[in-house]
Amino acid sequence: MNDPQRLLFDEPGPRGRRRIRIATVLGVLAIAAGLAVAIHQFAAHGELAADRWRPFGTWPIWRYLLIALWATLRAAAVTTVLSAVLGLLLALGRLSRRRSLRLLAGAYVEIFRTVPVLLLIYVTLFALPAYGLNFSLFWKLVVPLVVANSAAFAEIFRAGIRALDRGQAEAGQAIGLRPAQVMRLVVLPQALVKLAPSLVSQLVGLLKDTSLGFVVSFTELLYSGQVLASYTHLLIQTYLVVAVLYLVVNASLSKFARVLQARNGRLFGRRRTPTAPPRPDDRALPTR
Amino acid sequence: MNPFSGYLTELGHGLVTTVELTVVTTIAALLLGVVVATLRICPVPLLRTVGLVYVEVLQNLPLLALLVLFVFALPQLGITFPLFTSAAIVIAAYEGAYFAEAIRAGINTVGVGQAEAARAIGLTFSQSLRYVILPQAFRAVIQPMGNISIALLMNTSLAAAVGVVELTQTANNVNLVEAQPLLIFTGAGLAYMLLALLIGLVTGRLERRLAIVR
Repeated sequence: MNDPQRLLFDEPGPRGRRRIRIATVLGVLAIAAGLAVAIHQFAAHGELAADRWRPFGTWPIWRYLLIALWATLRAAAVTTVLSAVLGLLLALGRLSRRRSLRLLAGAYVEIFRTVPVLLLIYVTLFALPAYGLNFSLFWKLVVPLVVANSAAFAEIFRAGIRALDRGQAEAGQAIGLRPAQVMRLVVLPQALVKLAPSLVSQLVGLLKDTSLGFVVSFTELLYSGQVLASYTHLLIQTYLVVAVLYLVVNASLSKFARVLQARNGRLFGRRRTPTAPPRPDDRALPTR
Repeated sequence: MNPFSGYLTELGHGLVTTVELTVVTTIAALLLGVVVATLRICPVPLLRTVGLVYVEVLQNLPLLALLVLFVFALPQLGITFPLFTSAAIVIAAYEGAYFAEAIRAGINTVGVGQAEAARAIGLTFSQSLRYVILPQAFRAVIQPMGNISIALLMNTSLAAAVGVVELTQTANNVNLVEAQPLLIFTGAGLAYMLLALLIGLVTGRLERRLAIVR
């Protein structure tokens, strides 16, 4: 993260530099001490033994984990598409001119933004079957995630649409477009480009939510980790590897969001070159 | 007497556990957030890296994975805590990263002139942070911090997945006995909504009182 961090301190002088060196040495010592304690704990309980880590160098275990990761990504992808579509509809509903639509979409968003996803999962697991609604494991995970995330997406879309300069919509109206056309041809394309980074950040949260497959016993990454751990009895090792896999995927997504942010939401194509505003004294110069 | 009302006390206990977990965790996460945010802007490059790594790791791991790692895997190393404590530690560590980022965003809104003025009158880095920067930074991010607290409230429900009997888990338990899913889950949902509303009202009040209008 190399965003221009504003400095709250001056270029250090000789004394400051000495203090920074002392703090660095102390920091290194503290980190080393922490690592030493961790390694000691691992060693004392025999968790460092080579044969407790060797399985994670073999292909069958990795194939199992990668299939699990694939299931996580699939659940995340389906959830993303469904909740983005539903979220967009909800955002349009909240901005609609019909009062009933506004109220309905608003109530949905406000309710599902403040109810925990786990509660929604318990509802699909234990309540809906009583009313004859029994999904497959995949949908038992995806449906509650869509219900919760569509509310989050709706808020992102609404903020993006409202943040767009009013002049854009007014210009659309002025050339005789109908409200739906203004939204589709003028407002949405611009709002979506500007929203791209926050939408990708929301993806990280959504991908983390799929770990609730652990509760549903849908074999995504975390639940597969648990199955593997109870089979091999390598708890620490398995969960650490699972954590690293989550970290790699999510850190790449976060990085991608930051790249989009730096590029104004455009990954390819024309990158708007900042046109320098005309200097006022340019005109005053005598033309020769 | 309605047989259902006997379960009301049980649901009440669940609600109290959720509230306790939320309050304890919010305070711990807020303190941790201040520390990590300070690390991320301090003059020592190594400590800045430590803060950055902390935020990146904690924000990119699912909370449930952390809870499972802490509750089920750490006992292998002989490290065990009571369940409630484990859940509180993990959730505080996780949300601390979010508080740290919010506070850092607040620090970035404080004008450069403020830090320069603090240095000009001879305050050290920690003094200028304590007396000049942080009080203004906090006031700029009351609303975002309220949103993080609401997210934290919802995330305390994940403690149910590792065995803490809080509101979500109680609702589930009562439903398994009573088989009244619609009533019980709606009630639990309403309780969460009311708590979130309460946090929203408190932060709204704080904001009106404390926010600096520039």
